[in-house]
Amino acid sequence: MDEFRPLTAAEIEDWLDEELDAALSLRRTSRQAAISLSSLARDQQDFVRHWIAIVAKTNPELAFHFANHAADGLKRMAKDDAEAWIIQTMDVYDKMGLYPAIAALAAVEAFAAGRAERARAVALEEVGPVLELFLQALSGRPLRLERGARPFTDTTRLFLPASIAERPTREENLRLYKAMAAHLWAQTWFGTFPGSDPERLMNHCRSSRDPDYACELFHALETIRLDACLARELPGLYRELRALHNRPPPARAWQSWSARLEAADATVETTYEAAAALYGEPVPERRPYQGILDGGAVAVALAERMAQERAALQAALKKLLAGKASPPEGDDRRRFSAGKERSDRNEPTLLFDGERLTAPADVRALMQSIRQDLGEIPDEYLVPAGDGDYAPESPKKVEDVWKGTYHEDGAFLYNEWDYKRQHYRKEWCVLREVDVHPAEEPFVAETLRKYAGLSTRLRKTFEALRGENAVQRRQKHGDEVDFDALIQGFSDLRSGRELPDGLFLRHRRLARNIAVMFMVDMSGSTKGWINDAERESLVLLCEALEILGDRYAIYGFSGITRKRCEIYRVKRFDEPYNREVRARITGIKPQDYTRMGVAIRHLCGMLKGVEARTKLLVTLSDGKPDDYDGYRGEYGIEDTRQALLEAKRDGIHAFCITIDTDARDYLPHMYGAANYAQIDDVRKLPLKISDIYRHLTS
Amino acid sequence: MKPGAMRTEALLITKEPYYEPQGEEIALFEGAYRNKIPVLLKGPTGCGKTRFMEHMAWRLKRPLVTVSCHDDLTASDLVGRYLITAGDTVWIDGPLAHAVRLGGICYLDEIVEARKDTTVVIHPLADDRRVLPIEKTGEVLSAPGEFALAISYNPGYQSVLKDLKQSTRQRFIALEFDYPSADLERRIVDHESGVGDEIAAKLVRFAAMTRNLKGSGLEEGASTRLLVHAAKLMVSGIGARTACQGAIAQALTDDPEMLAAINELSASLF
Ligand SMILES: Nc1ncnc2c1ncn2[C@@H]1O[C@H](COP(=O)(O)OP(=O)(O)OP(=O)(O)O)[C@@H](O)[C@H]1O
Ligand SMILES: [Mg+2]
Repeated sequence: MDEFRPLTAAEIEDWLDEELDAALSLRRTSRQAAISLSSLARDQQDFVRHWIAIVAKTNPELAFHFANHAADGLKRMAKDDAEAWIIQTMDVYDKMGLYPAIAALAAVEAFAAGRAERARAVALEEVGPVLELFLQALSGRPLRLERGARPFTDTTRLFLPASIAERPTREENLRLYKAMAAHLWAQTWFGTFPGSDPERLMNHCRSSRDPDYACELFHALETIRLDACLARELPGLYRELRALHNRPPPARAWQSWSARLEAADATVETTYEAAAALYGEPVPERRPYQGILDGGAVAVALAERMAQERAALQAALKKLLAGKASPPEGDDRRRFSAGKERSDRNEPTLLFDGERLTAPADVRALMQSIRQDLGEIPDEYLVPAGDGDYAPESPKKVEDVWKGTYHEDGAFLYNEWDYKRQHYRKEWCVLREVDVHPAEEPFVAETLRKYAGLSTRLRKTFEALRGENAVQRRQKHGDEVDFDALIQGFSDLRSGRELPDGLFLRHRRLARNIAVMFMVDMSGSTKGWINDAERESLVLLCEALEILGDRYAIYGFSGITRKRCEIYRVKRFDEPYNREVRARITGIKPQDYTRMGVAIRHLCGMLKGVEARTKLLVTLSDGKPDDYDGYRGEYGIEDTRQALLEAKRDGIHAFCITIDTDARDYLPHMYGAANYAQIDDVRKLPLKISDIYRHLTS
Repeated sequence: MKPGAMRTEALLITKEPYYEPQGEEIALFEGAYRNKIPVLLKGPTGCGKTRFMEHMAWRLKRPLVTVSCHDDLTASDLVGRYLITAGDTVWIDGPLAHAVRLGGICYLDEIVEARKDTTVVIHPLADDRRVLPIEKTGEVLSAPGEFALAISYNPGYQSVLKDLKQSTRQRFIALEFDYPSADLERRIVDHESGVGDEIAAKLVRFAAMTRNLKGSGLEEGASTRLLVHAAKLMVSGIGARTACQGAIAQALTDDPEMLAAINELSASLF
């Protein structure tokens, strides 16, 4: 038989008769099936025969039905989809029996449609990371991506559907995601929601006779304006938008307004004017990427961000002022001002007494964000915060702190820095070491599965770190001749001196000789996401550190009042990363408060006792030091700072990682002696922390 | 011994190297030079430090000796060593000694990359003794008034192992460099490549976008140097997106998600 020639109906029928014998009878022949299969290509026929033989072994009746549907199935689907269809049928047969399985076979059309949708669908999960980077790059201000039924933005977060399959190809569905994200970004960038009046849109719609219509109308007009902005600024992107949408020409009544909205000098004011003029006109079809507008959500998010950023900027200016000489008596002019350049292209500049000041990166980012909302930095934002203007703290509920009696023996006593007195309170804190209660849950395995991709990537980068080679010169024995030494020796010999004995080079792997202590915040405020992220990070870190061979220890800290500071053992330096350690990582639970200073002192003491060339303390916390008995505000900040200065004096490098969504002005001061990183998205912690560690030690 | 390790190139620059000042760095450098104080250039990669040194060498009419430091750079690589020639040993100056004798400007690029013990040999040169002791020959070179020492250092990399020691950094006058402002950078890119104002402006905007990603997965945003590279590719007829991909995106990262995002950005801009 020729290998490529399709089989004829007669040939197939002969084969089927033999294969399906048990399911056939005089009145029920394989004729029909054979005829339909004869229209397939040879490789498809072979594929079908292969599967008929398999199915027939399970159930000849099912195989008979399959033979009759197979040609249809293969015309609708490629082989791998068809295979999924057969396997699904067999599954149904195993679980529910013959008749449901026959029904599943017959539903081939629906199955094929489902497969096709799956193949072209794009999930937010896959594109999210790239889109987030894309958005961050566009505006500098992060826009958090979240899943939502309909695309919209409240100016802080950007909601996109969980998956998109409405376009015929995957490629186009990807484009649609990007277009939606870019369009929503454009709303936040080209001034759809001016910060000067956060409730503007909400009120505009509400005061109309038909609020929904008013919102639709505004949205359609604003979309015309924004698309024109995109066409000017990001022409490549604009071409993509156009490719997604065959735009009908604007209706007559819209034509002149369209032109005005598309002009370079149009602002959202133009849109409001157009909305007033065109009220009552039918709204054109939505552009596929435009999503919806939610004026209420915008009002809330915008007002909140502006209040927070204003306070943060004022506090930052106060810090900047701290290092400056005070103005001459009686001169109470405002000292800070902002450069008046109105171009988005340049970073806003900060002036102090009329002179340009290089502001720290976080202050510049803050100014940029404020300008994005308001178009400029208003003068009242540039007034440094007054003394004691720290953001009010939420009152914590009083707990029974002093219950029980305290035996201080067996505990460690530590000094604490009182910034008001500018000296230490002697033996002020009572600290105990306790074990984390191990938990036997599959957390570690789950984490490794969840981050499988990241974990292999980390493994690679850490492996690369490990293999640093070094050459030792002037060795007595070695792999190669050290020509430098030989030549020097030669000249020594000639001048009558002795030939030195170290004339070889030796290659050796440089031992890293690093000891690192991880200090993990176990305060009550870490409950939930942060705690999960901390534990996940520790798992990934341990895996990576095992590769490097760096010595490391992990301790948690929390406590309540100075009399009850606790350090939780998770992994000691001399302990291997074993089952027990994994169970303790799993068992890390949020406890009470955050008294950071004493924890730093205790762990640094431990680190001091370790022999290593480089000693590193990495603290992981969720923000401000805080304890029940007055360890908050400046007191806690100053003590933490002091403890870090002590660490530095002892030759310990400290690095602080803060998981906090608010730009905190006190961080640079508190972490003064240490480097620090602020992570605003807990989900990124596992990645970030390993990255930071790699940078710190390479 | 590494061949070429001793080849010292002192460059007397006769044609003015194009340099756009970012601030008062020229006056500061001249001030430091007149007062015989060494200079530390801080700043991210590709922001014009090397170009600045070339420009200053031209201005001050001194030969420039540049050494790119690497982690295997030893003190003898800088100071010099013996070589055998025709059965005899001769002493050959390393670049640093050469620059001192010449009264030139010695520029040690990326000083933190060098081994810690290597940095120490510049200490006596960098304070008011201004001498270079050559241990192997017993000679002590005294630097002439025209000699100047400059080192560069990128504080962006946070490694605790590669921090510059206080005893080193406190010998220098520090000049801080950053990427130029948008207008300036556009002018530089245009001047260096001839790509034209409009495309140069887009490239600068592209760079700003990538700089927004610093800390979110990118170690550094695109430097001026990369922009110049991309612009040059475009001038020689390569499409904008391809040029950005090759000259900028791939140079910045290997991470597939990051690459995808950066390529989306250039596709959006051009
Ligand atoms: N201010 C400037 N004036 C003129 N050209 C500049 C300027 N800044 C950057 N460039 C351009 O950028 C390119 C890279 O600059 P340069 O080589 O001086 O960087 P660098 O700071 O020395 O970087 P690295 O730290 O990587 O050595 C130069 O070749 C030049 O084309
Ligand atoms: Mg350089």
